[in-house]
Amino acid sequence: MVNGKAAIEAVGVSKVFQSAGQDSMKALDNVSVAIRENEFFTLLGPSGCRKTKLMRLIAGIDFPTEGEILLYGENIASLPPYKRPVNTVFQSYALFPHMTVAQNIGFGLEMLGRPKGEIEARVSEMLKLVQMESMRNRKTSQISGGQQQRVALARALAPKPKVLLLDEPLSALDYKLRKEMQIELKRLQLETGITFIFVTHDQEEALTMSDRIAVMSKGRILQVGSPHDIYDHPSERFVADFIGETNFLEGSLQSGTKGKARVKLASGATIEATVPEGLKSKGKVTVVVRPEHAALAKQLKSSVFKGELEHVVYFGTDTHFHVKLNGGDRFTVRQQNASVARDAFKAGDKVGIVIAKGTAQVLRD
Amino acid sequence: MSAAQDVIDREIKRDIRTRWLLTSPALVIIALAAIGPLFVVLLYSFMVKGDYGDVKYWQFSGAGWFDVFFERDLFDDTLSFADGHLLVLWRSIKLAFLTTILALLLGFPTAYFIATREEHRRDLWLFLITIPFWTNLLIRTFAIQELIRNEGLVNNFLLMLGVIDQPIQMMFTDFAVMLGMAYVYLPLMVLPVYSSMEKMDFRLVEAGYDLYAGRFQVLRKIILPLVKPGIIAGSILVFIPALGAYVTPRMLGGGKVLMLGNLIDLQFDMGRNWPLGAALSITLMLIVLVALLVYVRNATRTGAGHG
Repeated sequence: MVNGKAAIEAVGVSKVFQSAGQDSMKALDNVSVAIRENEFFTLLGPSGCRKTKLMRLIAGIDFPTEGEILLYGENIASLPPYKRPVNTVFQSYALFPHMTVAQNIGFGLEMLGRPKGEIEARVSEMLKLVQMESMRNRKTSQISGGQQQRVALARALAPKPKVLLLDEPLSALDYKLRKEMQIELKRLQLETGITFIFVTHDQEEALTMSDRIAVMSKGRILQVGSPHDIYDHPSERFVADFIGETNFLEGSLQSGTKGKARVKLASGATIEATVPEGLKSKGKVTVVVRPEHAALAKQLKSSVFKGELEHVVYFGTDTHFHVKLNGGDRFTVRQQNASVARDAFKAGDKVGIVIAKGTAQVLRD
Repeated sequence: MSAAQDVIDREIKRDIRTRWLLTSPALVIIALAAIGPLFVVLLYSFMVKGDYGDVKYWQFSGAGWFDVFFERDLFDDTLSFADGHLLVLWRSIKLAFLTTILALLLGFPTAYFIATREEHRRDLWLFLITIPFWTNLLIRTFAIQELIRNEGLVNNFLLMLGVIDQPIQMMFTDFAVMLGMAYVYLPLMVLPVYSSMEKMDFRLVEAGYDLYAGRFQVLRKIILPLVKPGIIAGSILVFIPALGAYVTPRMLGGGKVLMLGNLIDLQFDMGRNWPLGAALSITLMLIVLVALLVYVRNATRTGAGHG
């Protein structure tokens, strides 16, 4: 399904804002990313990371100060939005309030000058696709938020864009509806075969829906990879911190080959960890270990760390153990309750911690 | 009838009485300031004209209304259609209409400009729009005279550049009157259009561009339908005073470009025909009323047609 061909590509894109009397501000800083054809690609980052800015440059609502935006190899960076075969589902939906549902969906095709019959047929097809056939002649103010969302989707999909941009489209929906729409979006992407670029600040949404994720912070793309890569092998401190919970451990990099290295930790133990590409320098590094990749042990000898169990927090499916390591650092272990005997560990116990092989990751910084 | 029912009835009566009392100030003002004078004008239009102006009280005749449509020749007493009045009427409607169009053409981009400024700057721009109101209308009209008269700034400038050999006659033309009125009434167009536009969600414009609508189509398909209430309000606010305008046509149109306001003034002043003046005033009102009804109905119908 996902092949190697790039549908859309940003090459060295920067966006500088010049406001009167102030220093210029670099909103996007030398961003390069290639998004493959038929891919569900997510731009993930906290609010203010300018992920929407990047999306607007792709849509053509804004223009880059520097760099190229390639659509199937053709530079479209200076094309106005109405000349790009790229459509957007806006965060606010931006449905036209003076038109009906059907008129909204048909708008793009109408502007492209398609014949009436074709528009009619396509609108019906779209209404069916988003299961809104009965709402055809409603005003957009007469339908619910979830339905507006569907109409916005249908409107953006109707002209059969090469790339569909989705700007936090689910953020206004309540939890249950959001879950439904996540599945719905995945279905639509598979059915239409259109490249989706999805913008969100919700890591869970990103992890469950995406083929690949780009994590952004402060106008830069920090890491691009599959949800698996991003979660298990974060290469930047920000990525590790932003997605999921993580333990940060200081250590020094020893010998290593082919992306693996031995790291001597502050506690004295040495563990094997994955090293991000391009990192060669030996010396001080940070290692991250996900809480679920660690386990408590009663035998202290074989453990990587030793410490005292401070808190035990029960979560139903699993339990979080907060351990104060010898030397002062805090470390969190998450274990499924099915795999640990009840009350096996209590606050105040001296415990050891073991780490599953191959799960420790060295950060780039 | 039970005692309880009596109490309820008395309560209702008192309630009604209180309401009348509370609304009475407004009703008095409306009666004194709006309905009263109108009634007087209507009454005057049906009275016999006095020899030196005024009317002969309580002597009724249809002469005032007759004079609106017909005129009697001074010498041979033959009756003819008052095409002079009709001409003035037609010119008033035409100029008021063109003024409204011109004010819209100038006012719409102005309102758009203001509405797209940063929020804290908009008040400043609105304030600037209202500045001309601070100056007396006469002074402003004199200023326009100074610009467009034969020895005025515009003509002198063009002569100096050699674009023209002799001054263009702009004063005392329809153009001068239209220009003057459009200038004077421009804020009345800008403000309501702005207030509609300010409420518009400009993300809809982005959505329009995104869906392959070019600039012109975004304007026609998205912005215009959404700011239509403002355009309707602005057009009404400009058209009505323009139709009855007095000072501007008097000063920029002179005796050549007479409008309804001037014609009415003439009857009360030199014409000494108060009933005719009153009848013309009522006619003006009726025209405005009909024009408004037709306009509003059309505007709302096309609005509904959009879906």
